[in-house]
Amino acid sequence: MNLTLHVWRQKDVATPGKMVRYDAPNVNEHMSFLEMLDVVNEGLILRGEEPIAFEHDCREGICGSCGFMINGIAHGGFKNTTVCQLHMRHFADGDEVYIEPWRATAFPVMKDLIVDRSAFDRIIASGGYVSVSTGSAPDGNALPIRKQDSDLAMDAAACIGCGACVASCPNAAAALFTGAKISHLAHLPQGQPERKERSLRMVRQMNAELFGNCTNIGECEATCPKGIPIEVIASMNGDFLAASWQERPPVEIAGAG
Amino acid sequence: MATAALDSKLHRTLRFYEATNGKKTVMALTGAALWGFVIIHLLGNLQVFLGPGKLDQYGEALRATGALLWVARGGLLVCAALHITAALQLMALKAKARPQPYVKKVPTTSSYASRTMYLSGPVILAFIIYHLMHFTFGVPGIHPDFVEGAVHANLVKGLSQPLAAVLYLATMSMLLFHLYHGIWSMFQTIGLSHPRYTPLVKKAAAGIAIALAGGNIAIVVSVLLGIVK
Amino acid sequence: MNLNARIPSGPIEQRWDKARFDLKLVNPANKRKYNVIVVGSGLAGGSAAATLGELGYNVKCFCFQDSPRRAHSIAAQGGINAAKNYQNDGDSVYRLFYDTVKGGDFRARESNVYRLAQVSVSIIDQCVAQGVPFAREYGGLLSNRSFGGAQVSRTFYARGQTGQQLLLGAYQALERQIDAGKVKMLPRTEMLDLIVIDGKARGIVARNLVTGRIDVHMADAVVLATGGYGNVFYLSTNAKGSNTTAIWRAYKRGAAFGNPCYTQIHPTCIPQSGDYQSKLTLMSESLRNDGRIWVPLKKGDTRSADQIPESERDYYLERMYPSFGNLSPRDIASRAAKRVCDEGRGVGPTGLGVYLDFSDAIRRLGQKTIAERYGNLFEIYERITGEDPYTVPMRIYPAVHYTMGGLWVDYHLMSTIPGLFVLGEANFSDHGANRLGASALMQGLSDGYFVIPYTLGNYLASEKFAKVDESHPEAVAALAQTQSLTKQLLAIKGKRTVSSFHRELGKLMWDFCGMARNAQGLEQAAGKIAGLREEFWKNVNVAGEAGDLNQSLESAGRVADFLELGELMCHDARVREESCGGHFREEYQTPDGEAQRNDEQFAHVAAWEYQGPNQKPVRHQEELQFEYVKPVQRSYK
Repeated sequence: MNLTLHVWRQKDVATPGKMVRYDAPNVNEHMSFLEMLDVVNEGLILRGEEPIAFEHDCREGICGSCGFMINGIAHGGFKNTTVCQLHMRHFADGDEVYIEPWRATAFPVMKDLIVDRSAFDRIIASGGYVSVSTGSAPDGNALPIRKQDSDLAMDAAACIGCGACVASCPNAAAALFTGAKISHLAHLPQGQPERKERSLRMVRQMNAELFGNCTNIGECEATCPKGIPIEVIASMNGDFLAASWQERPPVEIAGAG
Repeated sequence: MATAALDSKLHRTLRFYEATNGKKTVMALTGAALWGFVIIHLLGNLQVFLGPGKLDQYGEALRATGALLWVARGGLLVCAALHITAALQLMALKAKARPQPYVKKVPTTSSYASRTMYLSGPVILAFIIYHLMHFTFGVPGIHPDFVEGAVHANLVKGLSQPLAAVLYLATMSMLLFHLYHGIWSMFQTIGLSHPRYTPLVKKAAAGIAIALAGGNIAIVVSVLLGIVK
Repeated sequence: MNLNARIPSGPIEQRWDKARFDLKLVNPANKRKYNVIVVGSGLAGGSAAATLGELGYNVKCFCFQDSPRRAHSIAAQGGINAAKNYQNDGDSVYRLFYDTVKGGDFRARESNVYRLAQVSVSIIDQCVAQGVPFAREYGGLLSNRSFGGAQVSRTFYARGQTGQQLLLGAYQALERQIDAGKVKMLPRTEMLDLIVIDGKARGIVARNLVTGRIDVHMADAVVLATGGYGNVFYLSTNAKGSNTTAIWRAYKRGAAFGNPCYTQIHPTCIPQSGDYQSKLTLMSESLRNDGRIWVPLKKGDTRSADQIPESERDYYLERMYPSFGNLSPRDIASRAAKRVCDEGRGVGPTGLGVYLDFSDAIRRLGQKTIAERYGNLFEIYERITGEDPYTVPMRIYPAVHYTMGGLWVDYHLMSTIPGLFVLGEANFSDHGANRLGASALMQGLSDGYFVIPYTLGNYLASEKFAKVDESHPEAVAALAQTQSLTKQLLAIKGKRTVSSFHRELGKLMWDFCGMARNAQGLEQAAGKIAGLREEFWKNVNVAGEAGDLNQSLESAGRVADFLELGELMCHDARVREESCGGHFREEYQTPDGEAQRNDEQFAHVAAWEYQGPNQKPVRHQEELQFEYVKPVQRSYK
């Protein structure tokens, strides 16, 4: 099949970009979307042009590197599918395909389809962990965990940090990403001691990164390649509310005695 | 520390409001209060079907509560002000969070209601101002023949204006959408979500929104059809 | 070259304890005075950087991805082994040790493997405490499964995403240290050279992949945890970015390369569908627990699977290895698949594929049970191939998956360059000639969480460090050399793309240094690779500029190194005149086609020493002592 691509080209973070039209001839239906772009890029290189830069690594839908908008939908809009797992059999001869990077202030475009998602790392760094230094752990079976809780933790922990939730959200909110980590740890006994502070810190970091505000629209959940439900956002909201309510005024610490 | 620190000199209430989640909670709680008002307002207005005297009596009774009425009005005003302020701030944040729009963006599963809250909100606000001028203050030129205290007659005359009736009907449909998303969404915002109950909440929200908007629409339509005179 | 493995003396079960007592400690107040570089942020690198940060060292951690969370460890599906014996089914530290040495076809160092088995227990505890959501039973305790031909259930797992969950645990620990200011993370930064001063590793040269700036980073010790080099085959299950550059350039600075030819070919991958194919996708080995592998009895049988009656099917693994059947170890299952396809009995459009059939299991257990067990894998398969494995048997074929070879390290995980430590898949240490399923995650975390914190401290406490900075002549020279290499690549402006060279190299490697190798083919391939390398430096076309985010340039540098490594792999495979584990020499097989080891001549590690460009490297040997597990022929019949 032959396709026409409209691709966002941008030299670097400081230079404005624009859509550029490319032909993608002889596309095989068994190719993945990224393999189709590989072939287009080979052609560009041989013509002395710069290939289209896009982020990718594992190409099996787990590393979270890849992702861009295809025809206005993050990852192309097939259920639980990242761009690297999207195959060309879903397209038809003659299709026009619009390819754009994630757009958000918190995700500046670095080149073509590549954006900087380090804001996600900083959200995790602000509290998305259990403070347990190596060597201080009790036996793995010391704390039984209800299977249902463990499963719910796993559902939330499946997040690959690709950024599709932010990209799809009309508000450019990172609530699904942040909520997923808060919810993952909130379902486990290991996550309890820091649960309250975690929600306060992660929400505040999410705000500091200039993500928008969640208005419960649900586009994030629809395009999340791991099918993470917006229930995790409610979980974050509840924790934040409880933690804010219970936050105690600072106490002066008595001198060492 | 590299990331946003936990300590702050801000008062904890302000600190709470500073976060998007804080503003959202304020929107949910004030939204709930305004929703309560919509219910009471409709229940009051439905008395129009009980004959001309009833509504006038109800109006009289409300006015007779004196200070209490002003407390309620004041409360509603504060709620509306907070609801609007938070909405404006969040709208500003939305604009800041994605200054460059997509060349192409297609919504997938989200509801029309959820995507148009920032539209239905201002429409409802504008309507409330109009509505107050129409029936509460009876501003000349907006209401054709306003008589202080003649609630029933004012209503019938006011809604008999075709343009006004159309405006009411159009806004009520926006109210329906705003209420539907607002009602189920407030549960989500305060942290209540469950795969079993959330679908029920959504259905209930839809039912309540339809009932509330439908009730108001019924009044307008009844006046237009001459059922209520 | 000194290949002293520094193995502690005494009974094997006491060696690690003894070592830990003998190792020197760094005074807690002094730890912050030491700078440590960790390259790579996967299970080994991420856990090492986090743990060293917790201990108080100043750590700089590098990864080429945009975030440490994306390292390729994330793609491991199946699980992680640990000798917990929670199932009371006869497991023990000793049995895990024994299985690993035997599974590695008696080409691993016993003491390292024993330590690995010992430490495995603590890994699970640590990960659970971090909040890794391992699968659990209804009683709330951890669930286990048997994996990859093991006779006991010792594999812990988190659905089909164990690697992801373990990596996120390490990543979160790492982010915690980043927030605390103990680790400085440099993502999108690729190591391009090692700086050796007075014989010690003292820093690296690295390129910022966004700005193109090449900088020198100095330290007191360098830890490489940069993963495997399976992408030398172009098509592999590795991530596209996985590469050999860090360890290869360290090799060129004097670190010995151990057993480069040991490559693991994973039996259950989705077959290649065309020339445009960019990578192969693994289907978890757990599928072999319920799927039956077969091909038609007749050559060139083009009927669809449902048209072939039971009597005309060859369930060859069940036939050849009755006691292990479909669960035979990876190397054995892979070779058997190649053999039946070479006989012309392969299935699918290319004839390079065998059926993995679930129809019996669906009949026996019901579709619901199968969906519960493998639903997500079936979905992946359908997404890629467009076929529904509930109704049509899956087609699978072996693919390069893991490299057991890597930089040679001693018991302390230190390479032949003092101060250069190598962890995880990047080193050669624990898996011998074949790695058992669910052992890679175990090794990465063992090295990072529990070994390097001790052995690195000993190194730092034992040595005196001269003050050196970026202006040291060695650093200046290494920087200049890297910069000129970059310029050179961009200046060629030839007629072929980087990936066309990579593809050609991959095909040579797969055909001659893949599942089956022979002397003639290896010699031929080595020559062809040298020729291809020569052409590369004359005729490659690298797009773009040096001072920019330039993916062509990144890939050109990596392929340039693969073109050198490929040749070394062929030499190593040529010289090892025996078959063992993943290394199968056609000349050395038993009458029934099994690998024929030669313990008298080859019970050693081959460690190659670089001699300069286009010079033949020198092969050194570290003899392996088997005091506990006596080498026997592996039999899975």
